[in-house]
Amino acid sequence: MIMDNMTIKNQEEIAPKIYRIEVTGPLTQQMKNPGQFVNLRVSKGIDPTLRRPISICDVDVEKETLTMIYRVEGKGTKLLAEKVVGDEVNILGPLGQGFPVEAAKPNDVCVLIGGGVGIPPLYYLGKQLVAAGAKVITILGFRTDKDIFLEEEFQELGELIITTEDGSKGVKGFVTDALKELKAYDLYYTCGPKPMLKAVEQTASTHGFISLEERMGCGVGACLACVCDLKERDKTTGKAYAKICSDGPVFLSGEVIL
Amino acid sequence: MSRIAVNLPGLHMKNPVMPASGCFAFGQEYGKLYDLNRLGAICVKAVTVEERRGNPTPRVAETPGGMLNAIGLQNPGLKHVLEHELPWLEKYDTPIVVNIAGYSVEDYMEVAREISKVHNVSAIELNISCPNVKEGGITFGTDAGTAAHLTDKVKSVSDVPVYVKLSPNVTDIVEIATAVEGAGADGLSMINTLLGMRIDLKTGKPILANRTGGLSGAAIKPVAIRMIHDVRQKVDIPIIGMGGIYEVDDILEFMMAGANAVAVGTANFIDPFVCPNLIDQLEDRMDELGIETLSSIVGRSSL
Ligand SMILES: Cc1cc2nc3c(=O)[nH]c(=O)nc-3n(C[C@H](O)[C@H](O)[C@H](O)COP(=O)(O)OP(=O)(O)OC[C@H]3O[C@@H](n4cnc5c(N)ncnc54)[C@H](O)[C@@H]3O)c2cc1C
Ligand SMILES: Cc1cc2nc3c(=O)[nH]c(=O)nc-3n(C[C@H](O)[C@H](O)[C@H](O)COP(=O)(O)O)c2cc1C
Ligand code: FES
Repeated sequence: MIMDNMTIKNQEEIAPKIYRIEVTGPLTQQMKNPGQFVNLRVSKGIDPTLRRPISICDVDVEKETLTMIYRVEGKGTKLLAEKVVGDEVNILGPLGQGFPVEAAKPNDVCVLIGGGVGIPPLYYLGKQLVAAGAKVITILGFRTDKDIFLEEEFQELGELIITTEDGSKGVKGFVTDALKELKAYDLYYTCGPKPMLKAVEQTASTHGFISLEERMGCGVGACLACVCDLKERDKTTGKAYAKICSDGPVFLSGEVIL
Repeated sequence: MSRIAVNLPGLHMKNPVMPASGCFAFGQEYGKLYDLNRLGAICVKAVTVEERRGNPTPRVAETPGGMLNAIGLQNPGLKHVLEHELPWLEKYDTPIVVNIAGYSVEDYMEVAREISKVHNVSAIELNISCPNVKEGGITFGTDAGTAAHLTDKVKSVSDVPVYVKLSPNVTDIVEIATAVEGAGADGLSMINTLLGMRIDLKTGKPILANRTGGLSGAAIKPVAIRMIHDVRQKVDIPIIGMGGIYEVDDILEFMMAGANAVAVGTANFIDPFVCPNLIDQLEDRMDELGIETLSSIVGRSSL
């Protein structure tokens, strides 16, 4: 199974325009890999036409619940925010290749670096890294202290550094300002706006894994809406591009041209 | 013959439904979701002689009931398709239609010659209408003489039937349709996407990096129906109808307008199972409407 109607169990605004939604259904059984996403249908009809890609933020396989956190941006996410407990949402997923948890060895220090709505997928990742015996340091970037979410959740996983652009909380500046100060770490995982990803790739002293976003058509690798260019041709397929929806959204640092 | 089977040159289809070119890649992705043998035929992504990198992103934008795309004919090129994509489809016993594109008559001829030799290719769909690529498409598809010349040349090298895919971005589609029929086209595919644009209010700039893109989806259906109806009055060759098919009634409407088979594009993005679902619903809907066989309703709107 890859598509199903899931029922909304909870939905709340956790920061201005930021919503946490919890849906339930057997599709969650397959959602084991952090960094994967689902493609949501926000309306039963054809307006809007396309599905909306949203990352998996957390899954409780036993309780069959999937948690997502999203920001209301435009029409689609606004419709999603208007849905109430008991409503059904059609979900296609899990999709894409997520973050490789096995890339971290026990006791490795992993830095999770998230900006804005790039933060949610790092939570499910962080939980799995900790379970696998890795040490997690998280750096989360926000515009201002009012925008902060998932603070307590990440604190439970290990050291948490918050940066705000206006300095209203934590380190003033961007995530890379905090990353620069970190002494030793073994690898990083990051998700956020493209300029941030670029800066992280340049600042980091190790390799890491980067999760990208792009406007999508199909979400399953069939329409080529979501391609990015590879630095080198893929050795097995010979292709000079990758599809963010099916080859990604997570790539090894240095693999794609940001 | 089953009541939903249809026969077109080169295409013996167990039902009238195929995915539309560019919305189904080369089948592998949807092949993971359901058995592609359920489909009446499979139409694959446009193939050009050389690999094409396509347009910069963003490549899609939305509008109520539709979407704009500016993929830019990205494809791995003729050689790769011959070596990797078409062999993968050999395990299916459903007809394969290969959409071909090019930037010169010679380009088209080369792709047609090579593709039509492949034993599991049943027909070629000649893409003279892709509105995205500056140097190609649009010029072939918008002039009756150029379209007819290209059709004639491709026909002369193709071992399989050639369906010419018409662009709706023309003043008189009937003129183009009759010209390509006269040049020997075995069938028509219509319609390709309609040129459109969306602007991002935050930046004041077009959303698509390519600025313009092709509109597809339910929003274009009435345009497609009108064009197929008009063309059906004047041409005798079969028509594969497409443009906004989303529910089962749309298939019947296209056929009544004059289509002999249909293709489903954008709706695959809304529901990846749309093709098999529509096929499943077809006979019940025909019963409700008192339709015996699909072939009996083709072109009913002109009677
Ligand atoms: C793999 C992936 C995971 C994502 N995970 C999250 C998440 O966990 N939380 C979250 O808040 N957002 C996430 N996004 C971004 C989210 O998909 C967009 O914010 C959302 O689609 C906007 O839809 P809209 O209708 O509100 O906006 P509109 O601007 O009305 O959307 C118009 C069109 O553009 C597309 N679009 C707009 N912005 C984006 C974007 N940033 N990325 C991709 N498509 C976009 C929409 O899907 C739609 O097709 C993710 C995107 C991707 C690609
Ligand atoms: C993302 C996308 C890619 C497409 N690529 C091609 C293509 O390569 N060749 C072609 O002839 N038509 C292409 N088309 C046009 C479709 O085959 C079809 O004619 C059109 O989308 C109308 O049908 P629809 O409304 O069901 O999508 C593409 C359409 C979309 C949406
Ligand atoms: S969204 Fe269609 S290929 Fe990625």
